[in-house]
Parts: sequence; structure tokens; C-alpha cells
Amino acid sequence: MLHTVNKSPFERNALERCLQYAKKGSAILLIEDGVYGALKGTAVTDKVKKAMKNVSIYALYPDIEARGMQDRAIDGIRLVDYGGFVDLVAEHRNVHSWL
Amino acid sequence: MSETTGGVEMDEDVSGVVKKFLYVNRKAPYGTIYALESLEVVLIAAAFDQDVSLVFLDDGVYQLAKGQHTKTIDVKNFSPTYRALEGYDIEKLYVEKESLEARGLTTEDLIVPVTLLPAAEMAELMDGQDVVLSF
Repeated sequence: MLHTVNKSPFERNALERCLQYAKKGSAILLIEDGVYGALKGTAVTDKVKKAMKNVSIYALYPDIEARGMQDRAIDGIRLVDYGGFVDLVAEHRNVHSWL
Repeated sequence: MSETTGGVEMDEDVSGVVKKFLYVNRKAPYGTIYALESLEVVLIAAAFDQDVSLVFLDDGVYQLAKGQHTKTIDVKNFSPTYRALEGYDIEKLYVEKESLEARGLTTEDLIVPVTLLPAAEMAELMDGQDVVLSF
């Protein structure tokens, strides 16, 4: 399953709940304000790093760039463009969009 | 009828009143319209020569992040407007220390000079205002 999260982890618990529900081997794509969950040195960084042992985490680069957060992504989080977003959707049997 | 007020009669005793307006910004830019709307309203208050202060709390601190490039998401990058506020005599910008630190940011990462205040002092600042508008 592919999970997408579009809310800031500092404002909503969507990312936190998604990390709890994502099964081993699934993928999480952070988009829109969700990309703030992909950054180094924040209050949620450790939680995300821990989850990366079991799930693949991606972030939509155009949303990172729009917010001025270039070069701040956690090492190991894969940055994708819109084409990469489409590929992820196509590669997975189903998608859960956490709102 | 007065020419200068576009036909609206102004009470001379009231027209010169300057109030302390505080704009509280707590939302990240782009994900919602709040940040841009706040900026629009701030500029209105400035046009009426009011005493304006802006504070940035929680995800609102992201509004001031350097290096925003919005071409690929096809929305207007309004971050340069914060730098232009000085030209409207809006020079009181405050950022909550705790919010900035929780996001791994420092004042070096912001596009404008700001005063960093701990939450307790921010509460004092809010208490001293005539009007508080929260976005």
C-alpha cells in the first residue's frame, strides 16, 4: 500500500497515525504541508527515521522547494517529482490518502 | 461630502485614532490560504496608518523561510512581500523561540530580521494590544 500525507506533523497527527498504521514494506509519500515531516533536525525527525527501518519514505520535491526546505530532507528519504508520484501510485495495489 | 474619503463622512475625533493591531500567524504557507490572506489584511491596516505588529507561531514560522521557489507548484511566491513590509512602516516582527527551535530553524534561515521571543514574553506582547487578529 502507498500512503500519502499532506498535513504538517506539527499541526495534525496524520503523519503520526500513518506511521503507526503503515505495514512493513509499504511506502509513504509526503506531499504539500506533509513535506515538513521529511526534514532533519525537527521535533519529529527521530520518529520518521525510526519508521524508515520498515517503510520507504518519499517526499514530493516541488513541495519541498516551494517551501524553501531544499537540502533539509532526512538522508534516505527519496525525493520524487510529479512523474515519480504517478509511478508510486501505479506500483502499488492501493493508496491511502491521510487527510 | 469629503473628497479625500471618497464621499464617506469621517468623524474628525475618530479618524486620527491609532490602535495597536497584532496579527498572529500560525499556518504554513501554500498548504492553506491563511498566510496569504493575513498578509493582505496586514497591508490594509498599514494603509490606515495603524500601529501594526506581526507574530509568527507554530507552523507560521515557515512563512518566513528563505529560498522559497514556487514555480513547480504553480502558485505565487509571496515571501518577498515580508521584506517589503518595512516600506509600509511595519517593522515589528516577532517569532516565537520555541516554534523555531522545534523545526530545527534559526533566525539565519529567515528572510527578514525578526525579534525572537519566548512564549511567556509573547503572551505579554499580546496582552498589550488593542486588536488581535489570528490566522
